[in-house]
Amino acid sequence: MRSFAFVDLVSLVTAVQWTVLLVVLALVFGAPLGLALATARISRHAPLRWAASGIIQLIQGVPLLGLLFFFYFGMPVFLGLQVPALIAVTVAYTLYTAGFLGDIWRGSLQAVKQAQWEAGACLGLSLTQQFFHIIGPQALRMATPPTVGFLVQLIKGTSLASIVGFVELARAGQVTSAATFQPLLTYSVVAAIYFALCLPLTLWSRSLEARLNGAR
Amino acid sequence: MALVEIRDVYKKFGHVEVLKGVSLDVAEGEIVTIIGRSGSGKSTLLRCINALETIEGGEIRVEGRQIHAKMPDLRQFRQRVGIVFQAFNLFPHLNVERNVTLAPLLTGGIGKAEARALAEDVLTRVGLADKIDAWPEQLSGGQQQRVAIARCLAMKPHLMLFDEVTSALDPELVGEVLKVMEAMARQGMTMILVTHEMGFARNVANRIVFMHQGRVWEEGPPAELFAHPKTPELKSFIASVK
Amino acid sequence: MNFQPLWRYQDQLIEGVLITLALTLVAAIVGLVIGVAGAVALRGNFRPARMLVRSYIELFRNTPSLIQIFLIFFVLPSFGLKLPAFESAAVALSLYFGAYSVEIVRAGLDSIPKSQIEAGQCLGLTGWQVFRHIVLPPAMRNVYPAFTSQFVLLLLGTSLASQVAAGELFHVASFIESRTYRSFEVYAAICVIYFALVMAFKALFAVIDATAFRWPRRQ
Repeated sequence: MRSFAFVDLVSLVTAVQWTVLLVVLALVFGAPLGLALATARISRHAPLRWAASGIIQLIQGVPLLGLLFFFYFGMPVFLGLQVPALIAVTVAYTLYTAGFLGDIWRGSLQAVKQAQWEAGACLGLSLTQQFFHIIGPQALRMATPPTVGFLVQLIKGTSLASIVGFVELARAGQVTSAATFQPLLTYSVVAAIYFALCLPLTLWSRSLEARLNGAR
Repeated sequence: MALVEIRDVYKKFGHVEVLKGVSLDVAEGEIVTIIGRSGSGKSTLLRCINALETIEGGEIRVEGRQIHAKMPDLRQFRQRVGIVFQAFNLFPHLNVERNVTLAPLLTGGIGKAEARALAEDVLTRVGLADKIDAWPEQLSGGQQQRVAIARCLAMKPHLMLFDEVTSALDPELVGEVLKVMEAMARQGMTMILVTHEMGFARNVANRIVFMHQGRVWEEGPPAELFAHPKTPELKSFIASVK
Repeated sequence: MNFQPLWRYQDQLIEGVLITLALTLVAAIVGLVIGVAGAVALRGNFRPARMLVRSYIELFRNTPSLIQIFLIFFVLPSFGLKLPAFESAAVALSLYFGAYSVEIVRAGLDSIPKSQIEAGQCLGLTGWQVFRHIVLPPAMRNVYPAFTSQFVLLLLGTSLASQVAAGELFHVASFIESRTYRSFEVYAAICVIYFALVMAFKALFAVIDATAFRWPRRQ
């Protein structure tokens, strides 16, 4: 047994890079997928809408922890070979991100009035042009606050990767806590680091939302 | 003694003086119409009579008693004074019957059966007996405003205040509301109205009060006031609303 | 893939579901009480109370629920307060849900225009009558969707209590896994059970919505 030292603080702060890596990977792969789900959700083709809606409901209907374990143990079953934990975890966070962002962005797209599509059509724009030039920009403004809000949820959610053994901030905290027998100090430091990561985003999201409400 | 006595009332919103020494008496059974440009303080004056706004100077007496937001029997006082707003302010989650009977049920100690009869009675008086089970959202603006009037009538008020009650209505719906108000006037209700309906002011009111810059600028019987305005401000106001 | 070995653990699974439900309902109810109290404090005039509630909200919304559970389970004992796993998780999740509830309740109260309150006052109603009959019903409807989606997140979030061995569904899963070594099958089945619970609650919420809020929506 040894006491919590400066080296422990360094190891916790170093672990933040893995947390950030998970968030970046989830966004890089999950955001495009989320956009695809959102557009499929408002598509003219009913089967496409149902499929997207089903996928979103499914992802939002199971615990994130369940998703993580499902892919952690499932990848070998699906692929027939062992994959590194990072890949399994990335797949889970990607789907998680896609499911939530898909739902948030669907809401923003639907919040743009139908008349705006019609106005675009009257100008002779194609459906794709209407989407990217008229609907998209308006939806983007509305989507930003809840998207930043989801980012906070995602950062907090990466702490669950520790449970399948992936060493990020929360896992580093458990290791340090076990080594130093100072759970109060260790977990408080861990919580403080998460807090420092999340609070600015929360405040940003809130100010964006206030500005949006003021503009309406 | 006048039913409503307003003496030298001052009211500020922040640094803006809205009422600068307003005095006005309204006798029992009298119908007084307050006219004036927006920002002249007419709606504020009306809200002060019901203690929705606190005044900074002067006093307001109704039935001889001084009115202020901290008076111990404020609620009993408000039950005797009906106020109808520009935006109707019906309760969206209650149907017409419940809108009309909520206050009598909660404050008047009447039962469910009496409440239904009361609702039928006051709704008949505003010509909406057939809408007793409708939701406010299902009614036109004119119908909603008549329900709002019926809601006040259910309290059996001694005094009615109307705050630009037709301003939010489509032109074709104004008439039905004014007709209800005319009927109330004929039955001897004391009424103070803020309105832009000059026809109504001319034909129904006993007295017109022209407010300008937070003061009572000119007052008198409608025929005289409209025919011979004394001040240039009233002259230009009459010209602008014609 | 073989789900056969899991059948023997039916009883444990049912118990796990019940504990999950208990944990969810306790946290939802306590959290809602915190939400109402917090929202009242935020609207009040007492500055220290407002600042306290604000810090509480930011603290619990900007740190992971998992760390909060750990802190309460591992750290409270060093202050001489030793709580069993279920109780620790219940406390942590209640505080977490409470932080979100304050914002939800406040948004509901803020959604009622002042003119509605004035209309009630002008009819001679008391402050409580205005709140109970005029503010509360439409406010509840306005925040009902936010509340139900937060409730679903809470239900799924109770899975974190497995990390302190609270005996809920996810903890049962790890127990069955350790007995059968059928890791994938166990977690796949658990996901299905959670999904079924979520769908059942969504159906229940839809029924409540249709029966409790019958008045037409504002156009």
